Amino acid sequence: MPTIQITGGRVIDPSRDLDATGDVWIRDGKIAPDGGGEPADTVVDARGLIVAPGLIDVHVHLREPGQEEDETIATGAAAALAGGVTTVACMPNTLPPIDTQAAAEFVVLQGQRARQANVYPVGCVSKGREGKEMATLGQLVAGGAVAFTDDGAPVSNAGLMRRALEYSKMFNLVIMQHCQVMELTDGGVMNEGFESTRLGLGGMPAAAEDIMVARDIRLAEITGGRLHVQHISTARAVELVREGKKRGIRVTAEACPHHFSLTDDRLRTFDSNFKMNPPLRTAEDVAAVIEGLKDDTIEILCTDHAPHAREKKMRELDHAPFGIVGLETLLPITVTHLIEPGHLTWPQAIRKLTINAANLLNLPRKGTLRPGADADVTVIDPALAWTVEAARLRSKSKNTPYDGWRVRGRAHTVIVGGEIRYALGGADDVA
Amino acid sequence: MTAEPSDPAPFAWTRKHLLGLEELSREEITAILDTAEAFSEVSNRSRKKVPALQGRIVFNLFFENSTRTRTSFSLAAKRLSADVQDFSANVSSISKGETFIDTAKNIEAMGCDVMVVRHPTPGAPHLLSQHVQSSIINAGDGAHEHPTQGLLDLMTIRRAKGSFEGLTVALLGDIAHSRVARSNIWGLLKLGAKVILCGPPTLVPRSMERLGCEVAYHLDEILPRCDVVNVLRIQFERQQRGLFPSVGEYSQFYMMTRERVRKAKDDLLILAPGPINRGVELTPEVADGDHSAILDQVHNGLAVRMAVLYFLSGKNPDAE
Amino acid sequence: MASREVLLSDEGRIAGLVAEMARRIWTGAAGDPPVRLIGVRARGVPLAERLAAEAAKLGFQAVAVGAVDITLYRDDLEQARRWPVLRGTEIPFDVDGADLVIVDDVLYTGRTTRAAINAVCDLGRPSRIRLAVLVDRGGRELPIRPDVVGLVVEADRRDRVQVRLRPFDAADEIVRMPAELAPPGPGRSLS
Repeated sequence: MPTIQITGGRVIDPSRDLDATGDVWIRDGKIAPDGGGEPADTVVDARGLIVAPGLIDVHVHLREPGQEEDETIATGAAAALAGGVTTVACMPNTLPPIDTQAAAEFVVLQGQRARQANVYPVGCVSKGREGKEMATLGQLVAGGAVAFTDDGAPVSNAGLMRRALEYSKMFNLVIMQHCQVMELTDGGVMNEGFESTRLGLGGMPAAAEDIMVARDIRLAEITGGRLHVQHISTARAVELVREGKKRGIRVTAEACPHHFSLTDDRLRTFDSNFKMNPPLRTAEDVAAVIEGLKDDTIEILCTDHAPHAREKKMRELDHAPFGIVGLETLLPITVTHLIEPGHLTWPQAIRKLTINAANLLNLPRKGTLRPGADADVTVIDPALAWTVEAARLRSKSKNTPYDGWRVRGRAHTVIVGGEIRYALGGADDVA
Repeated sequence: MTAEPSDPAPFAWTRKHLLGLEELSREEITAILDTAEAFSEVSNRSRKKVPALQGRIVFNLFFENSTRTRTSFSLAAKRLSADVQDFSANVSSISKGETFIDTAKNIEAMGCDVMVVRHPTPGAPHLLSQHVQSSIINAGDGAHEHPTQGLLDLMTIRRAKGSFEGLTVALLGDIAHSRVARSNIWGLLKLGAKVILCGPPTLVPRSMERLGCEVAYHLDEILPRCDVVNVLRIQFERQQRGLFPSVGEYSQFYMMTRERVRKAKDDLLILAPGPINRGVELTPEVADGDHSAILDQVHNGLAVRMAVLYFLSGKNPDAE
Repeated sequence: MASREVLLSDEGRIAGLVAEMARRIWTGAAGDPPVRLIGVRARGVPLAERLAAEAAKLGFQAVAVGAVDITLYRDDLEQARRWPVLRGTEIPFDVDGADLVIVDDVLYTGRTTRAAINAVCDLGRPSRIRLAVLVDRGGRELPIRPDVVGLVVEADRRDRVQVRLRPFDAADEIVRMPAELAPPGPGRSLS
């Protein structure tokens, strides 16, 4: 395998509290301490660029198996690379769902075949995602699962949630919960409040999220299990996680770009690209999510990348599915809405996109540039200004709310396992 | 006509679609009402027809049943000499394969100038307006808006009261799920009326106050202040969803009865968008009584829809 | 701009023209059925009212005056860039069997008159319709001929002949100007 020297960049590796100009060496698919006296086979000139551990997205939907018209593991993992993401954890709400060892192995295999970003499966909490019986968590782990969730829907049954939090302790893996009390969101398509009232659209109250977060934190407390609150979106939920952490409960949380960059008044256009679950909330909620990111109540940034084919998504709001694509806008929206306004520094943002995510998924060789770690590296052009164009996204689906947005920051070179798999403007970059 | 009239208020209609009253200016609403007054005369002729829209095709695209609204639009189009075609579709059958937009594009391929769209989902007409060339008239989209109903209510109030300044109008009943309520709110507020929303808390969201309306739960407390009461239809399935405990209890609090009318202003005007549930929202003697303008509303609905069809059939300067 | 406007008639002259038009409309009128006037909106209406006032001086009291809005009958509605607010047709008498005079300010192509005749005939079947115009500027595009004319003006196609009447305008006058000077209206002119 050719050696690579990434030279002259600002190396930010939060796993070692490193932020300094320097070189990163790669040999045999691993991060190397230095060149060993030999010139590198390939030199990446990173002057003026940021060199970070490969970004990890703990929350994506790649739709395979079952809904390959929306996305496949190959197209989703390619979109990840274009967004600077070297590792994705994909949610199990496929058809059929990832609730057996064989199903998890299929995802791993398809990821290896694609040779794009690394792909890890997240297994179901319940068999068939039906919320009744616990899935075979141990066999899922044997198949490669790095966490458990029934995402798309919550584990509504408190008894099941309690047992899952208890049982998963034997693997030290997290239960990722889509926090929503379904009885409060029936018929809802957007946040409940002034805007939903004005538009006559069915509302999903913030309390539906808050109540489930409160319940599950308490369950994590009594079980000692690891609870991860997915796509946190309300002010109260952020506060609950903050309190839980203060009390020493094992709870973590993630936030998605749309929940810190968009508010529910966007629905006034009735554009289904603003329909997702949890829904866009109010400006107060956005401020609280940003505050939670600042004080590390929310330690992870991720996308909830949810591709939907045009014919499914471009429909009346009641019929359009929830969700938006996000892999290719994660980095620029983080730059323009968190870093540039001064909410987070570059090292803070990169920490939430790398080592914190690796720790969540128990991936000790990911999310770091420590010598010996997997050579997954993202070189970022932090100043590059560009315009998001839905039609030019690599994801198979184009359902982005950011079409036409002027943004800053983009992946420049993306290395996975010691191999340059994406270069902006390169032969593999059609954009 | 050599000399163009130096109109007292020179006004030019520029919109291609009528999607809601929220987006209309006071001037635009007034222009529609003024023009509707002119069309009202046509309905009184023995030959109830003018040639204005000869050769134009109006499609009624209804994804939800509504015989009244559809008939009113059809008749309005026919009085303007347009050709009218109905297309009714069951949303559930459409959702299986062909999308709603495909359906509309198919219809457009047959030749269509104006589409009158009724759909159970808020925003569906907006979505359509981005995908077809025809002018779209929103004939009711879920709980969002029903602009021509709002306009005909405004016309009925203006005819009875002369103007909106200083007028207090109560909307009564299920505000949360009512497109008629929303169109009324936008129109009335723009024209200067005070609006009270009255009903049980489960059907009248407090957040409506942010629009500039008063929210009240007890009809008897506000009725003496009202010049107009617009009685919205109550849908019985709301009771099944637990939004109010029983129809009987609802009627006890909110039905317009002779006793209640007696305690109101002498010239109280009562509107109801229909179809009404006699004995639930209104007693029969109130529905048929002197204060009721229900049949005027139907008459005015025709004139308003003629005016809207007339304006939307003009060439849109922006589209050229 | 005003310097390129040619004044054809002033207030005094217009009063004389209107009086003469009234005399000719009612010459030989028996009074049964009575002559009724229908002004074409907009300036045909005040003109019709002035004719009715002159008729009173001739001994024909309380001549009924109606107004017709020809917008819906225009043959160029398709091409109109923006459609005007309707002022409406208001005719406070039965046109069936009536002896009608359609009154307009300027007669040009004849298309407005055609529209006005159609509009009136949609309301009933008059026994007779005549046409009275304050100005005939020629340039007909339809076989229409006025019965009573105040003033005949030789005007080029590039000219615009405008009648100004109170209360629509500040003064009563008839002017001719190059068309490009004419103020843009909400719709295209038919005349």
